[in-house]
Amino acid sequence: MKTEALKPNSEFLKKARKQRGLILISIPFFIYFFIFSYLPLWGLTMAFQNYKPQKSFFEQEWVGFKHFENLFTDPDFYRIMRNTLGMSIINLVLGFVTAIAFALLLNELTGPFIRFKKVVQTISYMPHFLSWIIVCGLVSNVLAMDGGILNELLLALGLIKEKIHFMGKPEYFWWIVGFTNVWKSMGWNSIIYLAAITSIDPALYEAAAIDGYGRFGRMIHVTLPGIKSTIIVLLILNAGWILNAGFEIQYILGTNGLVLDVSETIDIFVLKRGFGRSGGFAFGTAAGMFKTVVSAVILLLCNKIAGWVGEDRLV
Amino acid sequence: MRKSIGDKIIDWIIVFIMLLIIIVMLYPLWNTLITSFNEARDSIKGSLYLWPRKWTLFNYQSIFKTDKIFKAFMVSVSRTVITTILNVLLSGLLAYVLSFKDFVFRKFLTVFMVMTMYINAGLIPTYFLYRSLGLIDNFLVYILPGMVGAFNVIVIRTYINSLPPSLVESAKIDGATEMRTYFSIIFPLCLPVLATVALWVAVGSWNSWFDSFIYAPKQELSTLQYEMMKILASSMQTGVRQPDYLASSNQTRNMVTPNSLRAAMTMVATVPILVVYPFLQKYFVTVNIGSVKE
Repeated sequence: MKTEALKPNSEFLKKARKQRGLILISIPFFIYFFIFSYLPLWGLTMAFQNYKPQKSFFEQEWVGFKHFENLFTDPDFYRIMRNTLGMSIINLVLGFVTAIAFALLLNELTGPFIRFKKVVQTISYMPHFLSWIIVCGLVSNVLAMDGGILNELLLALGLIKEKIHFMGKPEYFWWIVGFTNVWKSMGWNSIIYLAAITSIDPALYEAAAIDGYGRFGRMIHVTLPGIKSTIIVLLILNAGWILNAGFEIQYILGTNGLVLDVSETIDIFVLKRGFGRSGGFAFGTAAGMFKTVVSAVILLLCNKIAGWVGEDRLV
Repeated sequence: MRKSIGDKIIDWIIVFIMLLIIIVMLYPLWNTLITSFNEARDSIKGSLYLWPRKWTLFNYQSIFKTDKIFKAFMVSVSRTVITTILNVLLSGLLAYVLSFKDFVFRKFLTVFMVMTMYINAGLIPTYFLYRSLGLIDNFLVYILPGMVGAFNVIVIRTYINSLPPSLVESAKIDGATEMRTYFSIIFPLCLPVLATVALWVAVGSWNSWFDSFIYAPKQELSTLQYEMMKILASSMQTGVRQPDYLASSNQTRNMVTPNSLRAAMTMVATVPILVVYPFLQKYFVTVNIGSVKE
């Protein structure tokens, strides 16, 4: 009996002994991931405590879901969620429409325009690699009151009578964030669609041409349906990140204090409350945990849906 | 297929739209470039569109003469170089270990690692962890949390698995240790994918400012991006005091403005990215598509 129970085990040991070099290398990595990714999870207990940094873990006072109740009844909570969801939806819709349209148009550049297409692609991917600080600096230059190029352009074209203080008007803020995101990632996001387009059967285009479809018709009736499954899967997957409306651009462009009402997202809320007030650590942790848990649920759901849809469409 | 006149018109409309897009993408950077080479007092007058009116290198000189900015630049360079080297070496090593299909802990370690891409304890627990590790206001806070990246490991492992396994086996038979096999055989073979990962890590490290802001607020550890953040914030908040190196020094008071200084800093922060960009572009299509498949 004993030897039999040990048998698979000893085989494992034999293999492990042979691979002791690999195991030896793995151990530091295991410890590294444990410390930097799993250990901080322990800190989530703060969300259920009346956390005081100077006290040890065993001296903390447990308060159950008090911080979560405070969060849901917080006067700012509704505003924060509205901003987060509002900007997320704008980013999602604008981001998708522009990236797809851009990919469709790029795809039409063929023959003598192929080198031009390469140039456009190279330039359009570039902003993706710039930091948000740089991008926000550029945005605030372009939209500035004195010398901002957009104001001067609109004035010169006679579209406006006097300069607009874009950065100070709450009604513009979400759109500024949305279009800045488009500027930064439209080219980058189009890569995946361009790749999907290359897998469309060229015979379909010829057939459509014989059927009398023009350039535009082929774009709408061949190219677009050809990448439909990619679009749907990506849309669902991206919808999973709905609570990640962004942090950096809203934080940086919000520093002028004029648009805080519409700029603050849930990440900024966590930062400001967590570090801002005495005793805010526990509340901030609770708010962050709320975001993580809800996000995880939405993300899992969306991944599942994308899986079903993806299989469906690919068959 | 010969193109009809209608098709040709469509071609030129598309070319026109693309030219507009190129202008929108490039002009903000171009405008910053000419502002950085134009005299600060002259820039205030505005209408600077295509070319500097009064050429000067003074904006750049004042960046590198300002002790704080120069130090921040050096911190940025060191953190980027160190993080990149460590991340590539270590991610590659772990990828090598996980590339053995019969490794006893392969599955466990892979799941353990991939999970780190999804779990996130949040800002405050992370802050407390770093504090108890003594990383707050410590240069190591720029290095340690980014030493290995799960995603990078997966990308490199996929590459290693596409290599002929006989290469690794022949090294094994000669009695080489794992470390030796990795450094003398796998590492040189993986250079293309490692170069890609290196560029990714370098760009990420160079661009980050949040870790300075939260974990290393000490002035000596400030990075170029964080200094830019401070200048940007002060130039956006009209009437709020500027960083002291702008306000206090009488000599430079009239010679540089926050805007000109920021323009020059933007160029200093952008140029390294533009330099590595062509190399990045060579590889990122595959990596981008790979990331969706994962």
